[in-house]
This record gives sequence, C-alpha cells and structure tokens, in this order.
Amino acid sequence: MRHHRRILLSTVSSDAHTWNLVYLQMLLEEHGCTVTNLGPCVPDDVLVRAAREEQPDAIVISSVNGHGHIDGARVMRALRRDPGTRHLPAVIGGKLGIGGTADEDHAAALLAAGFDVVFPDSADAAALPEILDGLAAGSAREAVLAGGAR
Amino acid sequence: MKRASRIGLGAYVAAARGTLVVQPRMGMGDPAAMAAAVRAVAALPARTAATITLDSYTRVGDHRGARRALAAGERLNGFPLVAHGPAVTARVADPAGPGVPVQVRHGSARPGRIFATMATAGLCDTEGGPVSYCLPYGRIPLAESVACWAEATEELAAACAAQGLRAHLETFGGCLLGQLSPPSLLVAMSVLEALFFARHGITSVSLSYAQQTDAVQDVEALAALRHLAGELLPAGLDWHVVLYTYMGVYPRTAPGAWRLLGDSAEIAVSGGAERLIVKTVAEAHRIATVGENLAALVHASRTAERAYRHCALPRIGQVDYAQVLDEARALIEAVLGLADDVGRGLLRAFAGGLLDVPFCLHRDNRGLTRGTIDAGGRLVWAKTGRLPLPASARPRIHRMTSTDLLSLLSHVADRQDGRGR
Repeated sequence: MRHHRRILLSTVSSDAHTWNLVYLQMLLEEHGCTVTNLGPCVPDDVLVRAAREEQPDAIVISSVNGHGHIDGARVMRALRRDPGTRHLPAVIGGKLGIGGTADEDHAAALLAAGFDVVFPDSADAAALPEILDGLAAGSAREAVLAGGAR
Repeated sequence: MKRASRIGLGAYVAAARGTLVVQPRMGMGDPAAMAAAVRAVAALPARTAATITLDSYTRVGDHRGARRALAAGERLNGFPLVAHGPAVTARVADPAGPGVPVQVRHGSARPGRIFATMATAGLCDTEGGPVSYCLPYGRIPLAESVACWAEATEELAAACAAQGLRAHLETFGGCLLGQLSPPSLLVAMSVLEALFFARHGITSVSLSYAQQTDAVQDVEALAALRHLAGELLPAGLDWHVVLYTYMGVYPRTAPGAWRLLGDSAEIAVSGGAERLIVKTVAEAHRIATVGENLAALVHASRTAERAYRHCALPRIGQVDYAQVLDEARALIEAVLGLADDVGRGLLRAFAGGLLDVPFCLHRDNRGLTRGTIDAGGRLVWAKTGRLPLPASARPRIHRMTSTDLLSLLSHVADRQDGRGR
C-alpha cells in the first residue's frame, strides 16, 4: 500500500466473531494502515457515528455468522443515507449467508445497498490491501468483478 | 401451562455414570423444525442431551430484529426463544420427553430475559458466564455483564426452585475465544465461573473445557480441572465436567472432521469428562443439518464406548498435570485474593491484567497476553503480560505476523486434513 491509510474495521450488529477482525487488523497494519477496530456486535449507530467522526479512507466490514447479508445491507443503507458518511468507500466480506457457496447471490443485494466491493467466502482475505488500493484509485467495479462476487 | 416435569442435566449426567453423554449445538428459527430436531436427538440410540441453541439477534437482546426476520421469512441461525415466547418454547422442548434434558445455549452477556422466558417454559438447564459471554462476544462493559449475570442467575435459581425444579448452569469459561488461550487460563476461568454461579444460588453446575491442540495436554487440563473443582467448589454442589469438541477453525475434509470429533470423544473418556458437546463435518462450511448433527452424536458415542474399553491416550490418573494445575491455581487464587466476592474479584483481576485473554478485543481486557503453539504441537504462552503465573510458565516471546496467526489458527485443521505438521 503506497499511502498511509486509515481504516475503520467493523463487523455487523449480530456478529460475535472476532478472529476475523484480529487477523484483518494485523494484515492491514502490516500494509501500513492505521486501524480502528470496533470489535464484535457493533450496533448500526455506533458504526455510523465512528465513520462520521473518523472519516476513514475506507470502511471494512467482516462478518462470518451468516447474518451479514441482512445486517450488512441495513447498516450500509444507514451509512449511505447519512450526509456525513455517504461518500466513504466501503467493503464487506466473510460468510455472508448461512447456505455456504449458494449465498453468492447475496453479493448483488449488498452492492445495491451501497457497498463498493463484496468479498465472497471463497475470496482470499489477503487480497484486501490490494483491493483497497484499487478502491482508492477509483476502480471499484473492476475489483468487484475480480473478486468473483457476480 | 401444562407440562411434564423433565429430568435436569445434572441428574441425567449423574445417572449416566460410565457412559459419555453426547450433545449437539443445533438451533433453528422455525419452531416445528426445532421441535423435530429435539425429538430426533432424544430418540437416538445414544445417551444424548438435547439442545436449543439461540440465534444471534436474541443473543444481543435484539428481540425486535428477531421478530422482524421471522416475519420476513429470513432463515435465522438459531431459535429466537424470547421472540417465540414461553408457550412456543415449551412445545418445542416437549418432544424430548421427561427422560432427556434440554439445554438452552445462548451466548448472551445480559441473559435475564432469556433465563426468565426459558424458566417460564419449564427449562432450567443453560450455560454461559459473566466473563465468557462478555469478553469474547459482547461489547457491554464487564462490570455490567457481571451485574446482569449475578441478577439473572439468582432469578433463574429462584424461578426453577418455585416449580420444584433445579437450575443447572454450565460455564463457558473453558472455551473463551475457542483457540490460542493456553489450558491453564481455560481451567481457571471455568472454575471461577462455577464459583460465581454457586455464589448466586445455583446448586448444580458443569465446568467446560474445549479441546485444544494436543490430546495429552487436554487430558492433563481435564485432570487439573477436576482437581481444582473438587478442592474449591462448595461441599454439596452437584458438578460434572463437559468437554467441547474443538471450537476453532475446523477441518475442511470429511475424514479430518470425523477424526477430530473422534479424538475429542477419546479425550473426554480419558480425561474423565462426563459429557461432550460435538461438532459436525459441516462445521468448516456452514450450519449443520439435523442429520449431520445426529451422525456426529452417534460417532462420538460409539468412539467413547470403545475408548472406555481401550484407548491409546493416557488416563486421567496416568498424566503429570502439575504445570497446568500450578498455573490455574495461581490465577484462581490471585482472583479470590482480590475480593470476598468472586464477581468483584473478576473485575479487579481484569482491570489489573491478572486475568487477560489472549487476542480478545474487549476494552476491559488488557490485551497483554498471547498464546502460541510450540514445536511439539502444545498450546503455550507466547506472552504472559501481568498474569501471576509461576516461573514454569516461561513465555516464548516471538514476533507474530498475520500470516503466522493464520497458520496458528488453522494448525489443528491442517493437521487433521493431512496438511502441515
């Protein structure tokens, strides 16, 4: 990652998993990012407030409990509604539904809700820093296609 | 509400002596599907306990979210017990019959409404803990979790006693984040949460421990857990030990998954645990079907039966468990020395870093400790922070990258899948 980047790292309101967040924080920090890690079970208003106050270079949401397609879409709509956060690039990834690989359909709905990039479960999380670089360069759609989300 | 009185988990396990009780983790949103699952588990030709696992909306107290998801026909990842209410919950548990216990598994740091609803439904067996369902899973302050758990525990004990039933609570402290917490911390947390339950009116408890990276080390940990429970729990308290099949990153191949489950059944038998909570072949991929859960229960039960007769692992009386015992005892004694009340002791211990869960993001956790896996495959301390451990704990300090973390997290899965060491 060329520039020092500030990342707001979060999961969704109902998701209690944290190993994904611990790993992503280490990975992003190794690529020179400064990471604010909001931890597990982040309520929508906590995420929106943190995004508004911190104005990060990107919001990264990771969820693995199967409710990500519901909760992720809802908090994304809230982020896109808020004038203080609607411009912020946002990425979501993990196990986003409870039906395994059949869940890749959820990607379209999450993109429609306002995410710039959706990582399906099959994607390699280590590619995240590169995707964020692409996002900063304005090539988000290509990144989505490369991620195999469609 | 009309219901037959059901046997409690503690009494059921005591009556099963010499046979490992096996139990699933399953939960689904639809009452008919949940009831069918309870019926199928209870009907298996194995000594089973049934489970109602709650969904994650209910766990965080978002009962409106659970109702909304039910109304929208969304598939939930567990049974929304509060949203469905006590009458539906009692009907869902009924198919277990009077002879098989039904435990509610939830994951909540504020369990009051869950406990009240389940008790009204005649269900008195559940699990968790003021630390283990707050630090890893929640974002509410530890002090609030301790206060909520104290109140909810007392109310559960009273609500069950009022119906002539006995509440049973299982600690989740023997799991914490599922992996990379060395055994002595798991043993200490389990004993401390059991002491907390006893302090708040519970007379029947189980102490958990989750399978880690090395089978012999796990038998040592179970030996230490029994030793300390026998020594520190109040006289007259009914208690048993429950092992969780590996709670970390699970093998992706079916043979690897079956092997890990079988290993856990052998560890349970060798380590003298009375009950085992299983994982399924689907664990690495998605939420398991009822059929996959039943198959896991049968496999664990048969493996255990064989292990009672013959097992390559050393038995609980044959291992030297001095190190894990000394470490766990030092942690427990430090906490009990901080206050007369174990709940207050836990708060002071975490504030001072005398208890500190590796890799835990909660703001009330100091985050100065780390666990790692040594060259021999044992789970050890990499950093001990301010933990009051004996010198024998010898932390192995080394730099850890995100790639290292991934390989530590997948160590067990890789080994069972035939990759890695």
